[in-house]
Amino acid sequence: MDRVKNLASKNAAVIFTKSSCCMCHSIKALFYDLGASPSVHEVDHDADMERALRRLGCNPAFPAVFIGGKYIGSAKDVISLHVDGSLKQKLIDARAIWF
Amino acid sequence: MAEFSPRTDTSTDGETEDKALGLYNSSHGLVVSDASDKSRDQKTLRRLAQNREAARKSRLRKKAYVQQLESSRMKLTQLEQELQRARQQGIFISSSGEQSQSMSGNGALAFDVEYGRWVEEHNRRVSELKGAVSNHAGDGELRIIVDGVVAHYEDIFRIKSDAAKADVFHVLSGMWKTPAERCFLWLGGFRSSELLKLLITQLEPLTEQQLLAIGNLQQTSQQAEDALSQGMEALQQSLAETIAGSLGSSNSSGNVANYMGQMAMAMGKLGTLEGFIRQADNLRKQTLQQMHRILTTRQSARALIAINDYSSRLRALSSLWLARPRE
Repeated sequence: MDRVKNLASKNAAVIFTKSSCCMCHSIKALFYDLGASPSVHEVDHDADMERALRRLGCNPAFPAVFIGGKYIGSAKDVISLHVDGSLKQKLIDARAIWF
Repeated sequence: MAEFSPRTDTSTDGETEDKALGLYNSSHGLVVSDASDKSRDQKTLRRLAQNREAARKSRLRKKAYVQQLESSRMKLTQLEQELQRARQQGIFISSSGEQSQSMSGNGALAFDVEYGRWVEEHNRRVSELKGAVSNHAGDGELRIIVDGVVAHYEDIFRIKSDAAKADVFHVLSGMWKTPAERCFLWLGGFRSSELLKLLITQLEPLTEQQLLAIGNLQQTSQQAEDALSQGMEALQQSLAETIAGSLGSSNSSGNVANYMGQMAMAMGKLGTLEGFIRQADNLRKQTLQQMHRILTTRQSARALIAINDYSSRLRALSSLWLARPRE
């Protein structure tokens, strides 16, 4: 749990993924397209980390997206926030992007 | 009409009947009947005629029956061919012949029917909207109808979600849409960004703020679409690599275990397709709702009408295409 929070606060945008998860690939692509440079942590072989993420309420567990150290959600949440404009604002507020 | 003539009748019945009637005398050949036999002969002759008529009718009935069997057989062959074609297109047809009542387990067909009903209801609502607009209805009344149309849109996303669980490839195929609509298919439905491009031209005048907001919405939906497309490409790539990884020299037990392992992985990957359709539909839903928030009630009404008109044109194009004359 602490490891997750620790990693999540190290960068403005942090994404926990699994290499086999193609939806994670989509969300990563979106962040790159927006000019954010997220820290990506692949959790393929870390059962503890995966458990910690689930205990934090990440459902589905991957991708788990954090902005400014706060859990934003999974793919569906990220896309919804992007459509109504709040994703960009959160990224700006966390200084992941500037415009 | 058969001519009655016991002696010139070319049918084989004639002579046999005469013999049976005892008109032939063992020593004298044909015996000419005398007056007292005349009435009996006439009754017999009449009976013979009736028999012949009955036989003829029976032969005609048999001919008609056989002809009916032949044409039924042709029709059956045709239906079998259609069925085969439909199966190849991925529409699941229950082989037990059981129909109307329960379509459960018949995912693709059930969805096609439900979608057809949804389209009918949607068209009815948009007609109502057109009527209200042309009758200069007030904002309040318009808003009720517009909200109804938007809410009804959400129905189809829910229906599609169930259908994707039952048969993801049917939804992805777009076979439930008409041909011209399929031209524009993206991840099992329409592209929100394209829809917004259409609307910007149809919705003038828009305030500066609205133009900016709609422009942003078009850009964000495009970005989300691109992201999802990239994920799908990664999925395709990954699936291809997995299947290729199961190839190799045959026969060793290690390779059998490898094959099964790879197949299990490939199954897992196919399972994630449903998630992509879900996110694509979620994007469509969110974009529609956001558009509704940016526009005034009257503008939303015009937008919904424009979208409906555009879809109707595409469907009309499909009909023309399907009916086109061919060499």
